[in-house]
Amino acid sequence: MREVKAITTNKLTKQFGDFTAVDAISFEVNKGEIFGFLGANGAGKTTAMRMLCGLSLPTSGEATVAGLDVYKENEKIKRSIGYMSQKFSLYDDLTVKENMQFYGGIYGKSNAFIKEKTAFILDHLHLQKEANALVKSLPLGWKQKLAFSVAVFHEPEIVFLDEPTGGVDPVTRREFWNMIYTAAANGTTVFVTTHYMDEAEYCDRVSIMVDGRIDALDTPKGLKEKYNASSMDEVFLQLARKATRAAD
Amino acid sequence: MSAISVKNIIKTYGKKKQKVTALNDISFDVNEGEIFGIIGPDGAGKTSLFRILTTLLLADSGSATVDGLDVIKDLKEIRKKVGYMPGRFSLYQDLTVEENLQFFATIFNTSINENYELIKDIYVQIEPFKNRRAGKLSGGMKQKLALSCALIHRPSVLFLDEPTTGVDAVSRKEFWEMLKGLKAQGITILVSTPYMDEARLCDKVLLLQKGKVLSINTPDGVIKDFENPLMAVKAKGMLPLLEKIKAMDIVKDAYPFGEYHHVVMKKEENVEQLKSNLTKADLKEFEIKRVEADIEDCFIQLMKEE
Repeated sequence: MREVKAITTNKLTKQFGDFTAVDAISFEVNKGEIFGFLGANGAGKTTAMRMLCGLSLPTSGEATVAGLDVYKENEKIKRSIGYMSQKFSLYDDLTVKENMQFYGGIYGKSNAFIKEKTAFILDHLHLQKEANALVKSLPLGWKQKLAFSVAVFHEPEIVFLDEPTGGVDPVTRREFWNMIYTAAANGTTVFVTTHYMDEAEYCDRVSIMVDGRIDALDTPKGLKEKYNASSMDEVFLQLARKATRAAD
Repeated sequence: MSAISVKNIIKTYGKKKQKVTALNDISFDVNEGEIFGIIGPDGAGKTSLFRILTTLLLADSGSATVDGLDVIKDLKEIRKKVGYMPGRFSLYQDLTVEENLQFFATIFNTSINENYELIKDIYVQIEPFKNRRAGKLSGGMKQKLALSCALIHRPSVLFLDEPTTGVDAVSRKEFWEMLKGLKAQGITILVSTPYMDEARLCDKVLLLQKGKVLSINTPDGVIKDFENPLMAVKAKGMLPLLEKIKAMDIVKDAYPFGEYHHVVMKKEENVEQLKSNLTKADLKEFEIKRVEADIEDCFIQLMKEE
């Protein structure tokens, strides 16, 4: 049997009135890959991501996520993926443990699963002592790491991370990427957006969106060679400067 | 005279058990006409500091002056003289671009015409949309409008709290170009950012972490203070490589840094040792080179020394 890709899109398009936010993008993401999804503000990243998460129906084109069709099986997609937004989305007034129980329950996991997984995460993050502390009392770095753990709590095939490291200190930022590597090594596909160009180097492959299109897609090494650039920052600037439409 | 002078500012929130120290004995001076950067992650205390200096928040103790005026006694005078762009977009969403600008000009007893020269380069970029409501603008345009409104009364000191957070690399570069233009017109700028790479664009920086000053210096000065030898290393299989390097006792610290791992050596003689250790390991696509520290390297080391 042919291996099913984590994500496939074929001329995926989203129009709002006469504005084409996402313009016929076609790409594939392999299983277990860390895929960097870059683009300037307004390039269409969020719209594309919303379609892939089953939150918004495409205008035309095709896409599958975890082998599921974005038109017909968008409800199933929501159950098969994890999502972490740039805005902290755990419940501040619930404890660390309660947050995990809540999200585990939302995804229909059994009590036994939730119990075991909660213990594993608390141990892994060295948060045993804080298990019954309100999430709002945690330092910011821990909150981000906890948010990631919660996003992959139900062991989704694919996790979407929307600027997960914005504003985080440089040490925690690296610890966070360590968690991403571990998740990918365990077979989770990671789809991540970031404004930190050094983080683009940590991805297996990177796509760069400009004006709703994917203008480049390759390994960081391949992109740097193609654009004759010494860093991903340079590659990004060369491509993003070509944008003709206004931001956002 | 310093444009901004801060002495032993302490700010705490909450009571007793839950007490959080947002600013722990902060002192610094900003010269007139300088771009002074407060560099630190979320939760470092940047916004508390900005609110104290713009007279919107009282410190527990310590003193501060802005343009020679005391932030407590002279608060009304200060408010007339400073421009403040908060981290969160705070203009009137249901007024148009032009109405917002008009409103702020009127509040400060001036007119758009009077100080148009100052904002011209920035405002022309959004002028085509002057009849659009502020709430309907894109992120980049909102930022330009907010900056224009903060400047319309020709402030002597401009406070910009995280103007580039969540903004892409291209727009960030453009924003810093605008700041250079304002500096050339003699405006002192205090700007905060969580992006370490923006430190290079400031005349002077204060590295802030958990309410404490890690360093105050010119960007070059911060880098000069980084004394340990620093190496950049890469090879096929970056994760095992990092583990291997971390296990060596000649290594003070090692962490991913873009395409490479940065390796902080304990001593000068360790440089050759690292080279020979790794050469012996017969790694594929192996590369090693000595590099100059980046502000981010300095920040990481200062954080770990705390």
